[in-house]
Amino acid sequence: MDKLPPWADAVLVPLISLLLAAALSALVILGIGENPVEAFRLMVEGALLRSAGWGYTLYYATNFIFTGLAVSVAFHARLFNIGGEGQATLGGLGVAIVCLYLPWPHWTLAMLGASVAAALFGAAWAFIPAYLQAKRGSHIVITTIMFNFIAAALLNYLLVNVMKPAGQQDPATDIFPAATHLPTFQDMFATEANPLFRGAPGNVTFFLAIAACVAIWALIWRTRLGYEIRALGHSESAARYAGISPVKTIVVAMLISGGLAGLMGVNTAMGEAERLVMNATEGAGFIGIAVALMGRNHPVGVFLAAILFGFLYQGGAELALWTNIPRELIVVIQALVILFTGALDNAVRMPLARVFAMRRKPAE
Amino acid sequence: MDYATLLQVLDSTMRLATPLLLACLAGLFSERAGVIDIGLEGKMLIAAFFSAAIAAATGSVWLGLLAGLVSSTLLSFVHGLASITFRGNQLISGVAINFLAAGLTVLIAQDWFGQGGRTPSLIGSGRWENITLPLAETLRPVPVLGPLYADLISGHSLLVYVGLVMVPVTWWVLFRTRFGLRLRAVGEAPEAVDTAGVSVTGLRYAAVGICGLLCGLAGSYLATGLQAGFVKDMTAGRGYIALAALIFAKWRPWSALGACLLFGLLQAVALRYQNIDLGGITIPVQVMDALPYILTVVILAGFVGKAIPPRAGGEPYVKER
Repeated sequence: MDKLPPWADAVLVPLISLLLAAALSALVILGIGENPVEAFRLMVEGALLRSAGWGYTLYYATNFIFTGLAVSVAFHARLFNIGGEGQATLGGLGVAIVCLYLPWPHWTLAMLGASVAAALFGAAWAFIPAYLQAKRGSHIVITTIMFNFIAAALLNYLLVNVMKPAGQQDPATDIFPAATHLPTFQDMFATEANPLFRGAPGNVTFFLAIAACVAIWALIWRTRLGYEIRALGHSESAARYAGISPVKTIVVAMLISGGLAGLMGVNTAMGEAERLVMNATEGAGFIGIAVALMGRNHPVGVFLAAILFGFLYQGGAELALWTNIPRELIVVIQALVILFTGALDNAVRMPLARVFAMRRKPAE
Repeated sequence: MDYATLLQVLDSTMRLATPLLLACLAGLFSERAGVIDIGLEGKMLIAAFFSAAIAAATGSVWLGLLAGLVSSTLLSFVHGLASITFRGNQLISGVAINFLAAGLTVLIAQDWFGQGGRTPSLIGSGRWENITLPLAETLRPVPVLGPLYADLISGHSLLVYVGLVMVPVTWWVLFRTRFGLRLRAVGEAPEAVDTAGVSVTGLRYAAVGICGLLCGLAGSYLATGLQAGFVKDMTAGRGYIALAALIFAKWRPWSALGACLLFGLLQAVALRYQNIDLGGITIPVQVMDALPYILTVVILAGFVGKAIPPRAGGEPYVKER
């Protein structure tokens, strides 16, 4: 098959996939008797034209950056970590334990401690599937799916039977102490005269997510470990021949992946809810798959795709508020993005390659 | 626990195991042909919705079943298109299909019925009736076996029996017919099948089609047999439990029946008893919820007999030039 130029591979293919997904979504909106143009206008207005909208968009984007990076690090080692959901659940648990049972003098220290706990818990949850894949060849996709369900059951048990304060009805922990509350964008940027980001959950964790993007870029393309991960992803036999241990690399890549997914717990439990609630992840672990596929496994791409999905999430909430279109529209869009950028990739790539081949020929 | 209670639990096991069994056999066909399918959940869900929606609109459970079969098979062919024709990643395609179904069902349900993503409750001919097998009431007074026959074996809806019949049928098709031999070969060594002049693509599409039909039965039973109507996300992970059962059964039909009955029993027990008291130790209900998944991980780890999947599973077939 004809090769695509790199820029077309990096920009054109995801863009066309996105346009296809958008076109089909517009058809779906038409099909349920609503106006797609009007819907899009509402989404932009609700998510991007007000600072509070941005506060929500960036809050969601923070989650998706973490889970997107998690999926993409695993992808580099040719591992499909579908367990971001469970790892993020455990990350939230780590955050809750640290915030509830340790005394913290200031939010900066609490955030540091909670981040370490979240990453450790998330990584620990990824460890068993990683080990089983590396040592015993158990398919990591299936084991991580199973671990998602086990994590959900574990959290359910802990919240209902152990961590719920006496006399409380809903299954959630106590509110975290005030010293652990993270500053929101409103706390950071709003002034008397200019009340920005009012009531929005976006918080300082967003900057942690950006730092994670930079760190992952450096890790994957500027360190020996990153090289080993990519080498293993390209060819296991070549990596083995070069003296790279597949077992070690698989486990380390999955620990990093799980740790990143776990970090999402800092944003949801500490930044937004300020306690641990049931199903705090709300499917963000799965959106990470779409984000990593769209972002072509590059931190810059992941960042942009996460913002896009943050916009879709906030915009979808606005739609549900003002129109008869339920929030599930976003799930459909997400499915189409995964389908076109991940599975039907060749359906976009093949015709495109033909176009480029045709353009090249007359020049010869 | 007395005999009557035991029968009740086993009776509910039968009903809860049926959607698992049908979906598990669906996955068996697909994966034996080398197409990994983690989209069982989505196909069941879309079939559940369209069965319930059409049954609610027409009052006919048969038309509902037809709608379920068609919708599930269409979704199955999307998976086929992505994983066979365009040689895409089968796992990613399966994930996409699960989300597509989760989103579309609620979207369409809200548009058609305006009840927050559910269909109206089905009544009368919109649901499967329970079939009383011959002589069930006459034999009831017979000690032990009478109630067993009348309560456990008799009195289920048609699709429960269809599910049970599908087990030997699947075994016969896969292991006693030419089609089955070729289908299994295409999952182990597609190049050999190709050399013999049989179409790999055609066989894989056939397997994916059968998978769609069986998932359609599973979803249909869920919404029009087990329950009376569709609610948002009503499959609740059953597609994944079916997948777990498939691995647990090591891709074999009779073992699939055993695995699905076991997982059905776990669900039935979790449904009936919230927490189980075993002489001082209480097993919380969440353990029952998580047990199918934990067992599958243990099996996958190869500590209790190794589960080896079909060799060409997940690999798109490229004809050599």
